[in-house]
Amino acid sequence: MIGSRPRSDDWLFRVGTGIFAVLVIGVVSAIALELYRESRLSLHEFGWRFWQTDVWDPVAGEFGARPFIWGTLYSSVLALLIATPIALGIAVCISELAPRPLQRPLVFLTELLAAIPSIVYGLWGIFVLVPLVRQLEVHTPDWLRALPLFKGPPVGVGMLSAAIILSIMVIPFTSSIAREVLRAVPQSQREGAYALGATRWEAIRMALFYARTGIIGAVMLGFGRALGETMAVTMVIGNTPQISLSLFAPQYTMAAVIANEFAEAAADLYLHALVEIGLVLFVITLVINVISRAFIWSLGRPARARRTRTAAAPALESA
Amino acid sequence: MKRTILVGIATAALAAVTLAAQGLQINGAGATFPAPLYTKWFAEYNRLHADVRVNYQPVGSGAGIQQMIKKTVFFGASDAPMTPEQLQSAPGRILHFPTVLGAVVPVYNVPGVAQELKFTGDLLSNIFLTKITKWNDPQIAKLNPGVNLPAADITVVHRSDGSGTTYIWCDFLAKVSPEYKKTVGVATSVKWPANTIGGKGNEGVAGLVSQTPGAIGYVELIYALQTKIAYGAVQNSSGKFVKATPESVTAAASAAAAQMPADFRVSITNPPGDAAYPASSFTWLLLYEDPPDKKQGKAVVDFVKWALTDGQKFAPDLGYAPLPKSVVDLELKALARIKVQ
Repeated sequence: MIGSRPRSDDWLFRVGTGIFAVLVIGVVSAIALELYRESRLSLHEFGWRFWQTDVWDPVAGEFGARPFIWGTLYSSVLALLIATPIALGIAVCISELAPRPLQRPLVFLTELLAAIPSIVYGLWGIFVLVPLVRQLEVHTPDWLRALPLFKGPPVGVGMLSAAIILSIMVIPFTSSIAREVLRAVPQSQREGAYALGATRWEAIRMALFYARTGIIGAVMLGFGRALGETMAVTMVIGNTPQISLSLFAPQYTMAAVIANEFAEAAADLYLHALVEIGLVLFVITLVINVISRAFIWSLGRPARARRTRTAAAPALESA
Repeated sequence: MKRTILVGIATAALAAVTLAAQGLQINGAGATFPAPLYTKWFAEYNRLHADVRVNYQPVGSGAGIQQMIKKTVFFGASDAPMTPEQLQSAPGRILHFPTVLGAVVPVYNVPGVAQELKFTGDLLSNIFLTKITKWNDPQIAKLNPGVNLPAADITVVHRSDGSGTTYIWCDFLAKVSPEYKKTVGVATSVKWPANTIGGKGNEGVAGLVSQTPGAIGYVELIYALQTKIAYGAVQNSSGKFVKATPESVTAAASAAAAQMPADFRVSITNPPGDAAYPASSFTWLLLYEDPPDKKQGKAVVDFVKWALTDGQKFAPDLGYAPLPKSVVDLELKALARIKVQ
């Protein structure tokens, strides 16, 4: 009797959590199915052309998603380039360098950044960031403005403003996780480094290397967040569907066009094209997640193999 | 103690539910443009008729029409009349009732220009097609003698979100310019020329225009009045330059009332008349001719009657133009067609 009780509890627990886990799979498949169902008109009408054409004309019923895909990926990558070094700097500072009484306020403040609603970021973007970016654009020398990276009229709204806003929004996510990952690095690793005569910087570098899979995970989480951010981006990106390398050019993202046009879209094909944009975003997010998983996996495996080999070698020698 | 409070809350909640059930709860959804006025109307009407509660969701004209066709709401609201295809796909006959008028105005930010600028429809369409790119273009200078126009670049700002405001603006420009009609067209979202920028909502467009030297955009009249941003006079079909005011917008509707079609699905942009402001439009309430619930139907018809008569006085304060009496009379007649028995 006494023996069977924990087992039945165990069984219940297993089934209960199992149901929740299956629920997640169910929800994701239901989303995919619904996105497909609601976009089938556009899927049949345009096929692969949807991914390859640049025209977005609700009046004529011509829809191509390429400028939106470009805008989403470009703004997210730029945001990552800005945010990652800063977020890692914050994480290292808090977990390794900051004096203890400063740590808590710093953690609190970075996490406060995540609690600010994105509409507030957007308003700040329109009224503070965009005028600053415009000043920067106006004062960019002509020889620089001739480069494709800085072409376009100095209007302030555009890719650069969007990337900056996004990077600020991404920082708290990346830095919080990177901090926790660094904290999880065993103290013995650092002590070992110091014992070998490492400087502080070398010991931190060693900790960063030890935590690299977790840190890449933190960066990818930030990337996912940047891909889907809507409100703040649409307020500063200029909302013009065009493919341009220029940081100064107004562009558009997938999430932004859905948010902007969905409420007033009345024609069936138009609605289905907007849902297909959602489907494309879903697929791209999925692919990026799979790639980053595979990347982390490939990083983890040889490293572990090497470690066991080096650990085994001295044992062999002594034997 | 805690328990008593809980029981109290539960009783109060139950009481609230029963109270609500006694009155009529009517659901509607649609246009955001008239939403502030509709909210005011529903509140005022509820004060007069405590048993009628209207729940209005300003989800956008397109979404309102969709919900109306699916019959998930009792009435819809739209800034653009329903298309023949949409009317076809509805399970019953839908009637349009203009409730109030709105206007769209050109707002601009020209460095060093304090005077009010004048525009023609033709000039505006060329600017919005990005064919005119400098503020000192001869076409602008000709209309505005004595204004020291700078050689600044023009930046066109438009709405990025689908909106009735865009519909009215494009409807006006397409009427005066065949090229605009062909390349941009008329809809709540359109394909804008390259190198224009999109702002979200009236506040987004007004914000971008007021910050960007050389910008021009379009916003609802109420928004230009509230934010005190400069807006120009537009030439009407009689050749007069008219600024948008509740009076000049009502005048546009009076002029159009003479040829009002029986279903009220009419565009009144660029109307005849000396006093008429050309970028004006009705906004419509959508009702089924044979409503599914007669009791609710009766309540809505009574409400619309009130809104078209006593309710009109709330319009000017909120920046809308009241309907001319000629249109109200036609609508009161048409309301009798709704089968409430």
